[in-house]
Amino acid sequence: MKGFGIHIEGLRKRYGEGDTAVDALKDVNMTVAPGEVVGLIGPSGSGKSTLLKCLGAVIEPTAGRMTLGDEVIFEDGWKIPDLRALRRDRIGFVFQAPYLIPFLDVTDNVALLPMLAGKPNGEARKRANELLDALDVGHRAKANPSQLSGGEQQRVAIARALANQPPVILADEPTAPLDSERALSVVRILNDMAQQFRTAIIVVTHDEKIIPTFKRIYHIRDGKTFEERGLGAA
Amino acid sequence: MISLAGRDILHSWSKFVLTGIGLGLLIGVTLTMAGVYRGMVDDAKALLNNSGADIWVVQQDTQGPYAESSSLRDDVYRTLLALPGISRAANVTYLTMQVRLGNTDVRAMVVGFESGQPGEPGYLVAGRQITRSHYEAVADVKTGFQLGDTIRIRRHDYRVVGLTRRMVSSGGDPMVFIPLKDAQEAQFLKDNDAILNERARTTANPTLNRPGVPGLLDAILASQNANHNVNAVLVQIAPGSEPEHVASEIRRWKHLQAFTRAQMEEILVSKLIATSAKQIGMFLVILAIVSAAIVAFIIYTMTLGKIREIAVLKLIGTRNRTIAGMILQQAMGLGLIGFMVGKTAATVWAPFFPKFVLLEPGDAVRGFIVVMLICALASTLAIRVALRVDPATAIGG
Repeated sequence: MKGFGIHIEGLRKRYGEGDTAVDALKDVNMTVAPGEVVGLIGPSGSGKSTLLKCLGAVIEPTAGRMTLGDEVIFEDGWKIPDLRALRRDRIGFVFQAPYLIPFLDVTDNVALLPMLAGKPNGEARKRANELLDALDVGHRAKANPSQLSGGEQQRVAIARALANQPPVILADEPTAPLDSERALSVVRILNDMAQQFRTAIIVVTHDEKIIPTFKRIYHIRDGKTFEERGLGAA
Repeated sequence: MISLAGRDILHSWSKFVLTGIGLGLLIGVTLTMAGVYRGMVDDAKALLNNSGADIWVVQQDTQGPYAESSSLRDDVYRTLLALPGISRAANVTYLTMQVRLGNTDVRAMVVGFESGQPGEPGYLVAGRQITRSHYEAVADVKTGFQLGDTIRIRRHDYRVVGLTRRMVSSGGDPMVFIPLKDAQEAQFLKDNDAILNERARTTANPTLNRPGVPGLLDAILASQNANHNVNAVLVQIAPGSEPEHVASEIRRWKHLQAFTRAQMEEILVSKLIATSAKQIGMFLVILAIVSAAIVAFIIYTMTLGKIREIAVLKLIGTRNRTIAGMILQQAMGLGLIGFMVGKTAATVWAPFFPKFVLLEPGDAVRGFIVVMLICALASTLAIRVALRVDPATAIGG
């Protein structure tokens, strides 16, 4: 599995036990290479969020295997003792709403992750400013999140996800609150960042505007994934 | 690592400051209540200090003259002076009453003393000591009397010739010093109508008005109108004498009660103001509980308003102790703002209280520690909520 950003085989997740048990994920298989952006689409209740939570190491899958880079992180249980550190250092999150910390300025919102990872404040802020510049929001570095437009906030959220240079970013409907132009701009940025930082990005979306932009798409239905070649250049 | 709590406080400083002011006023009331208690204790000690006595001699089986009424004959002091170890002894009377100045009256403790003897006001801030035998007074400045004012005590007018400071009763009433003879009259002499009635009754009593015993009725009437009682004798002991030894000699040979300074302090602090102290203690406990409840409620509400941010913080790998620390620091920050406001408020309004409010630095330090402990305790509820936040809630679905 060496060389893959993330690789998932036969992932299952069951909620509850006995007669009331629900299989949210039945057989999920997915591979995303470094630098690749894939779409994950499916109807409500298909298991998208459950899959994202499993990939984000916030809930434990029932069975299956997950590999991050060349390291198995799940196989009949978590193989990583510190899931918090795993989420902090090796998985980036972009949410439907930016969920920036309102009492930190833009720089510190991005720098917080490297700081949490133990980087000195100066180094963390330097890294944050580089990312903000790369995402074209460097001029808003000292602003509060509330002073930014929706598109700017989402770009800051992407910068935060990239702050610790994780091999994988999970984006949960990152374009939902944006208009077409800004939504496409965010996808473009995700593609650029994936290329630039060799990051594997999984974008969960319902957004018809951006679905055609993905080179590969995973459909999820009744807890199972089906791969489809997309039309996009991603 | 940046201070998340500090940034949050700076970001919503107006909310914190306004909440801190509200909490601070409550803390100010708490500090003032403690100050009221300290003031009562200090008033009691001032009363003892100002009397200049080493031993208080009072009526047997009483705890006079401040905690209970006590009555002694005014020649007792002479017999006391004959005892070894006593250098000075002087009569005093104490009477709490309304002293009139024009159309207003002031509640004061009227002290009768002998000039130059124990019981005399120790120092004056204006005017002079009493030099005449009658109808002059020295008043504490808290009475509001001025030099030259004419005040009325019972049937006589007194001219204020001196002003003193911090001369108060154990209840905090300011003192008015007048000559002993006048004070004895004020305390024990009846009004003219009562004297006339008493004379008529005595004259009509055949047992007391015997034609065959000339002079008997006059003697009885004279004794009824004269007064030779005082409330206490203040004793100063000779250098080298032990107060307790001298007091025990007085108790043994004179059949009187004698209290040393330590015993009198015990009576005043532990008995006379004990109920008030318990009352204030109850208030302090209730105020502490209310403060804790307010801080807990505020921090809890603030935390509930940040659930999504906390979920995100946890999802991106923030340690639980960092989040708990943020909430704890915010609670402490609120307590710090509250304490500063409360201390300032108490200092500003304490002088306007009618009774002495003593704000001791030690109480402020203890208050600060208690406020911080209460805030830490109050934040636990919010910390529990924050730690229960599932990071998965940051991910939709």
